[in-house]
Amino acid sequence: MTDDTQDIIGDYKYGFHDPENSTIRFDKGLSEQVVRDISELKNEPEWMTDIRVKAYRHFEERVMPEWGNCALLDSIDFESITYFLRSSNKTEKSWDDVPDDIKNTFDRLGIPEAEQKWLGGVTAQYESEAVYHSIREDLEEQGVIFLDMDSGLKEYPEIVKKYFGTVIPHSDNKFSALNTAVWSGGSFLYIPKGVHVEMPVQAYFRINAKNMGQFERTLIIADEGSSVHYVEGCTAPSYSTDSLHSAVVELIAMDGAKIRYSTVQNWSSNVYNLVTKRAVAHRNATVEWVDGNIGSKLTMKYPSVLLKGEGAHAEVISVAYAGKGQHQDTGAKVHHLASNTTSNILSKSISKDGGRSSYRGLLQVTPKSTGCRSKVVCDALILDSDSRSDTYPTMEIGNSTSDLEHEASVSKVSNDQLFYLMSRGFNEEAAMGLIVNGFFEPFTRELPMEYAVELNKLLELEMEGSIG
Amino acid sequence: MADEILRVENLHVSVEGTPILKGLSLTIHRGEIHAIMGRNGAGKSTLANVVMGHPAYEITSGRIYFKGEPLENLEVFQRARAGMFLSFQYPAAIPGVQVGTFLKKSVASVRENPPKGREFRKELNAAMDQLSMDKSFLSRYVNDGFSGGEKKRLEILQMLLLQPHLALLDETDSGLDIDALRIVAQGINEVAVDSACLIITHYQRLLDLVKPHYVHAMIDGVIIRTGGPELALELEDRGYDWLEVTA
Repeated sequence: MTDDTQDIIGDYKYGFHDPENSTIRFDKGLSEQVVRDISELKNEPEWMTDIRVKAYRHFEERVMPEWGNCALLDSIDFESITYFLRSSNKTEKSWDDVPDDIKNTFDRLGIPEAEQKWLGGVTAQYESEAVYHSIREDLEEQGVIFLDMDSGLKEYPEIVKKYFGTVIPHSDNKFSALNTAVWSGGSFLYIPKGVHVEMPVQAYFRINAKNMGQFERTLIIADEGSSVHYVEGCTAPSYSTDSLHSAVVELIAMDGAKIRYSTVQNWSSNVYNLVTKRAVAHRNATVEWVDGNIGSKLTMKYPSVLLKGEGAHAEVISVAYAGKGQHQDTGAKVHHLASNTTSNILSKSISKDGGRSSYRGLLQVTPKSTGCRSKVVCDALILDSDSRSDTYPTMEIGNSTSDLEHEASVSKVSNDQLFYLMSRGFNEEAAMGLIVNGFFEPFTRELPMEYAVELNKLLELEMEGSIG
Repeated sequence: MADEILRVENLHVSVEGTPILKGLSLTIHRGEIHAIMGRNGAGKSTLANVVMGHPAYEITSGRIYFKGEPLENLEVFQRARAGMFLSFQYPAAIPGVQVGTFLKKSVASVRENPPKGREFRKELNAAMDQLSMDKSFLSRYVNDGFSGGEKKRLEILQMLLLQPHLALLDETDSGLDIDALRIVAQGINEVAVDSACLIITHYQRLLDLVKPHYVHAMIDGVIIRTGGPELALELEDRGYDWLEVTA
């Protein structure tokens, strides 16, 4: 699977090949026709085609953001990207039916094993679409719907139509417009009233081809009093040319519901990761974003929560690791739109080997939202003098009855810490690894143990061989 | 004569160009407890740090030998693995790293045949019991938000687990109440049976509980007088001025 051309069969311009063939690949580049072709290929209802086309037109008109890393954003060549690639004709319910090479990839990523041990359901997306999907029977019996988004649209069009784009309209930003135009795959998850999903459900996103664009679309609805923990992971092979991952994730937590959404993003350093994630929390609902960004060339992602109902609560815990050639522009946005809503934001970043991490945050309390409480903590750790960290916090506080705290710190690893650890037998790399793992601990402890272990290993690897 | 563990020969050390140690010599053998006493700024902590290899201290002349081998080419972690241990006056906090994980990893990197799994836990439990440490310590972050006394106990716990050949104890007694002091002293006495101990202190009270074989009085970067335990009592009683006069 090192050369993406070998397993590409389809060559039909702007469209799909003989349906007998197992693979469809669109030509590079984007046009209204490509957008229509994607919709047609998927046999979508007309309203979805219309939304896509409208979004495409908006994308064309919309200028690039004039903030963030403009130089990198402007270097994206939208014409060199493949917008749709089907690797397997069906979304399988058994790993045995997934094509061997793809199954091997997910085996190597440990997904089937994790599924057996501790997950309530799994979606595995490869390029543009889900190749595998399953959910535990007991969850299905309780009415939980967990599908890839394409199947979700087919089987539950009325729910999708009701909520799709309501949290993140296509016109929200240039990349939400792009995603809405060409979306494919992603998860559709609905938790019925009062159902508590005890085991996490997971989606895994894999880009395999060169110059690939992955545009998954996720919609999670937790009905009144229900709860769920959704986990996503993502990786891609390293190529010298760039790929684009631009997802849109919409969460809706009804009254008293709780959604936790955990991400461990480890894209290869040729991937642009430009993702819009936003949640609505109704009365007494809780939304938690647990967001880890380790990979990618440029990530711009600011998980948001609209606290719409009284007593709602938002929690955003994020970490970013910016190594060589990486810029992690991440943060959080919380809008207190109702009274007595509360939020906690904890952001931690590490910059190393010339990497750059930026925290961009927005905290808004509207004038009528009284008695709100919020705490924002931003900690940056810079490991060498080539690296950089910036903080761009914005606060819009509309009344004086709210209680807000903001703390920010930038630190370096102290010689005292290194000397102490080395006097206990740790070499410099191991000592750095411990300090870095410790710095991220408030994040890793929120992850399921298996992910925490994996993340710590990953960070220790990042510390290796780079200290001189 | 027992095995020589540490030999310091005419050591001169500077920090950022300022001379601190000015020709210090000292030899410690296995099974010996040495105490160094002196005023603040005499260079006591410098001696402990430079023996352990702190990068901020520059040796301008003289040498240090550990078990007969010169130390200068060994990095700090190699010194630890060779059997040197420093109980810090001000141990650094490592936020987010749990004591239990830290101890396990440290023991695994320092000891030659480190105990594993159940064996390690057994040893750890015994050592913690001995130091009257609650098991909840293990899930706290290393020295993060610890009281002075808790930090010192954790240092001694590490010493017990790492089983060093040379223990350098830098003002381990400061900030301890009498009960804690007794517990810490018991730990030191246990390690001291089979290793070499260098205790840096201002006060006699630890030396009531840990009997030194030699007491050294240090003034302005050199050892000005060496004696038995009675010297410690005399220093406690008379201070250091009389030594300067007689020097």
